[in-house]
Amino acid sequence: MKRSFYKKMAITLIAWSAAIFMFFPILWMLLAGFKTEIDAITTPPLLLFEPTLENYEAVQQRANYIKSATNSILISGGATLLALAFSLPAAYAMAFFPTRRTRSTLLWMLSTKMLPPVGVLVPIYILFRDFGLIDTRIGLILVYSLINLPIVIWLLYTFFKEVPRDILEAGRMDGATSWQELFFLLMPLALPGVVSTALLSIILCWNEAFWSLNLTTADAAPLTAFIASFSAPEGLFWAKLSAASTMAIAPILIFGWLSQRQLVRGLTFGAVK
Amino acid sequence: MSNRRVNTRPLLSPALFVLLLWMIVPLAMTLWFSFQRYNLLTPLTTGFAGLENYKSLLADPSLWTAMLNTILLVASVLTVTVVLGTLLAVLFDQEFYGRAVARLLIIAPFFVMPTVSALIWKNMLMHPVNGLLAFLMSSFGVESIDWFGAWPMASIVMIVSWQWLPFALLILLTAIQSLDQEQIEAARMDGARPIHMFFFIILPHLRRAISVVIMIETIFFLSVFAEIFVTTSGGPGLATTNLAFLIYIRSLLEYDVGSASAGGVIAIILANIVAIFLIRTVARTLEV
Repeated sequence: MKRSFYKKMAITLIAWSAAIFMFFPILWMLLAGFKTEIDAITTPPLLLFEPTLENYEAVQQRANYIKSATNSILISGGATLLALAFSLPAAYAMAFFPTRRTRSTLLWMLSTKMLPPVGVLVPIYILFRDFGLIDTRIGLILVYSLINLPIVIWLLYTFFKEVPRDILEAGRMDGATSWQELFFLLMPLALPGVVSTALLSIILCWNEAFWSLNLTTADAAPLTAFIASFSAPEGLFWAKLSAASTMAIAPILIFGWLSQRQLVRGLTFGAVK
Repeated sequence: MSNRRVNTRPLLSPALFVLLLWMIVPLAMTLWFSFQRYNLLTPLTTGFAGLENYKSLLADPSLWTAMLNTILLVASVLTVTVVLGTLLAVLFDQEFYGRAVARLLIIAPFFVMPTVSALIWKNMLMHPVNGLLAFLMSSFGVESIDWFGAWPMASIVMIVSWQWLPFALLILLTAIQSLDQEQIEAARMDGARPIHMFFFIILPHLRRAISVVIMIETIFFLSVFAEIFVTTSGGPGLATTNLAFLIYIRSLLEYDVGSASAGGVIAIILANIVAIFLIRTVARTLEV
């Protein structure tokens, strides 16, 4: 009994050290956001300091912060809605009316996700230029919904597979059409799955930093690109960088914590459950 | 299941159509451009280039440096994340105090956008004068290092590993938790020591999950871009230029569409080699 207690204490100690070690950069950033610029660069580093909100005010006052935050919200939300609009019917069809081709269709969809973005950077850039989509929110919404479409369809498909069939059966007996079945029977049952799929899609869009850096300049730049603008040093900027970063990651960190399980499922295409 | 016939075509075809378009059009354009003389700075020189773009690219030492850097980056981050991820997964599978909270903390880096993590590491942790690492090293009497000057690739590897270790941990932990507890109990009854259990029960059980982690991470690591973009811009010299960054330089900075497209084709081929194995593994677990 005693031995197992010591063992548990030892494991607690090691595991918590690892957790704090990994979380430390985020914690350090969080703290720096509440320091003055001078306190943020002081050596030896300050653990105790007089907290200030001046960085948060300074960042809010930058016109492009508000714009970028709005862009991030609109682009992640828009791309997720668009992806769902295409995925819900498709996943429904494949989960409930599988044909001989369903399996290969799913695998083919997965294969489109394997295309490395750099491989198609040139044509996408040129197409965007020709259609006037560079630095527009619509452009990024289109790209993001397409790159996440396979993941969204896969996840919805696995969730739909878990819905008990008897209930849908009963609805059919009562003469529900496919669309009625989809919206009034399946949706309420699969809603938790749909919500976590949407969360995962929002996380992936929010943090995407290849297309956002290459296809936007000012008007449509989301937070990933806004933060990147801090890479050109401008005097003392660590505290402001930290405040801006904290605001940029906070909502997504919470979403991520809420959807851990679905994340594993979505990112491994169901190969690890 | 009643055998009501449902026409699934109107449900399925919109998604299939846009995905097909998204895949075929850019792919065909990349291939097409890679055989063209096409530089946005000299719009008058056009025409079929044959294999010229490929020849000049393959003869260019910067391509080989970039390939080597890509492989180095992928291999190092894979090693770090898979080895540490496995050990941490075993650790976090044990009962201990505050496990749920510790777990939230340790997976947090995965949700930090790449530009934020790269800049926080570059400035606040790895800055040679005011960074926290410099302070820690000097307080242990070690001379501080100019990380991005002296060890540019190692610095990038550190940042990317920090972001992706939680991913490996999360997936491997999920896989460990599906391990049959009775099997563990039986092994313990037979007097198996923890080290034996790790090598003869846990590792074999994790084999598929580990291979999935390796394949998915490889596909992502082949295209690491933002971390390099905001820290080193591929430098010093070409020290941190990977294939993705080289293509970016060629296309959006030098406007050499032909050469960049040839590079894109090479990147696509590399990714596909990995993708084939990944799709096979997924196909094995897919029940329709």
